[in-house]
Amino acid sequence: MSFATNLRCRECHREYPLAATHVCEYCFGPVEVTYDYDGIRKNTSRESISRGPASLWRYADFLPVERESAIDIGAGFTPLVRAKNLGKALGLNNLYIKNDTVNPTWSFKDRVVAVAASRARELGFEKLACASTGNLANSVSAHAAAGGVEAVVFIPHDLEVGKVLGSSIYAPTLVKVRGNYDAVNRLCAELAGSYPWAFVNVNVRPYYAEGSKTLGFEVAEQLGWRAPDHCVVPIASGSLFVKIRKGFQELAKVGLIDAPKTRMSGAQATGCSPVAVAFAEGSMNFRPQRPNTIAKSLAIGNPADGYYSLVQLQETGGSCGMVEDPEIVAGIKLLAETEGIFGETAGGVTVATLKQLATQGKIDPDEVTVAFITGAGFKTVEAVADFLEPPLEIDASVESFESAYHALGAAGLPASMPRTAAGVS
Amino acid sequence: MAVRRVRFTFPEALIKEPLIYNLGREFSVITNVRMADVDEKTGWVVLELDGDPAEIDRSLAWAQSKGVRIDPISGDVLEG
Repeated sequence: MSFATNLRCRECHREYPLAATHVCEYCFGPVEVTYDYDGIRKNTSRESISRGPASLWRYADFLPVERESAIDIGAGFTPLVRAKNLGKALGLNNLYIKNDTVNPTWSFKDRVVAVAASRARELGFEKLACASTGNLANSVSAHAAAGGVEAVVFIPHDLEVGKVLGSSIYAPTLVKVRGNYDAVNRLCAELAGSYPWAFVNVNVRPYYAEGSKTLGFEVAEQLGWRAPDHCVVPIASGSLFVKIRKGFQELAKVGLIDAPKTRMSGAQATGCSPVAVAFAEGSMNFRPQRPNTIAKSLAIGNPADGYYSLVQLQETGGSCGMVEDPEIVAGIKLLAETEGIFGETAGGVTVATLKQLATQGKIDPDEVTVAFITGAGFKTVEAVADFLEPPLEIDASVESFESAYHALGAAGLPASMPRTAAGVS
Repeated sequence: MAVRRVRFTFPEALIKEPLIYNLGREFSVITNVRMADVDEKTGWVVLELDGDPAEIDRSLAWAQSKGVRIDPISGDVLEG
């Protein structure tokens, strides 16, 4: 059962019923879900969680949705990989990668949308909507299809074909908006205010945001029920960054782990870095930016949780890196070449930031550090396509192969290499 | 009639201008400052605008033409 009790304003603490509301009527602060933690404590144990499904719904007691209402397409419970090779390259001895590229629509957005879509259906909404540059659109379209509700998805008109297809395969009403980033944003904010639809990151945002906590739950469970020492997380709206820590805190609150002392560090692209810039200036007021970066899934110039991200950076003694586009490409390649994980541009931002912070001595080499890779690289192939070695092209003969292979210059063929295929005599 | 809530962000060049006062004089829109933080270099104001929806649109376009950045109060809604 769900132990959610209310929505509460994070600023003035006024409480509201569990409806489709996202800002406080009095102070405009964001509202978030509150829970009966005593109820969770009595009902939930490490064992009960481990008996649950291999998806984020194993943590249903901590989510604002009844278990039987869940739209479950298998989001969550993704691998936590001990990244020995990447760790060696960066001088980090206890590095882990939380590989969220393997979600059903290949990004962590499946976590937030799973919760938002399920709650929206519980609240009686018949249409699910979002404005997105890719990942969110894909996930909303898929969950709407599985949940039997209609999806209306707004995307910028110049979105890459792969990202468009990644939504249209699920047959939503897909709307391409002609205009720049700001125009798309403004239009969709207006529509969200005037249509009685569940806009996943607007009017049902408090539920949507709760999905991100499950990353914190999983990491703690996969580390043997303990919070890591340090997390490096990409910052877009800032919600993911803030909610991962909330996941650790909630587990501690109900006695499933010790109180977390995790340092939370953020990662942004220089071309969209409102939080990183404010943090570097020592300010708690970020200035909105017009995004200009290849990391489009992080391109939120006016982040809803920007302020709370700055608070968290300060509270936990974290750092906030910002990296240039070429570093992002190098980060994607480094992760792929060391760990066999192909992340999207946001993953490149995270790995490049990890490298930046490690070089600056801001990560202790021995602390248990988790880097969050939030989306799969096949969504953003154009970001790296021009920076990869082209394949060898040969005729169908051994001579042609050897000639091309030797021409690489790096690794020659062993002298004893047979001229015929192995096993053929 | 409608009420729209927006966040104005002022660049340094506009800090000294009575822009919200002028907006209220130029257009039939009632302005209500709900939250604000302004210093000598930059500033933001959360504003409630009460009036005819088309008149509110015109007033926002005017403010934007003056160099004010206008955002929904809940941050960007376009996500990755």
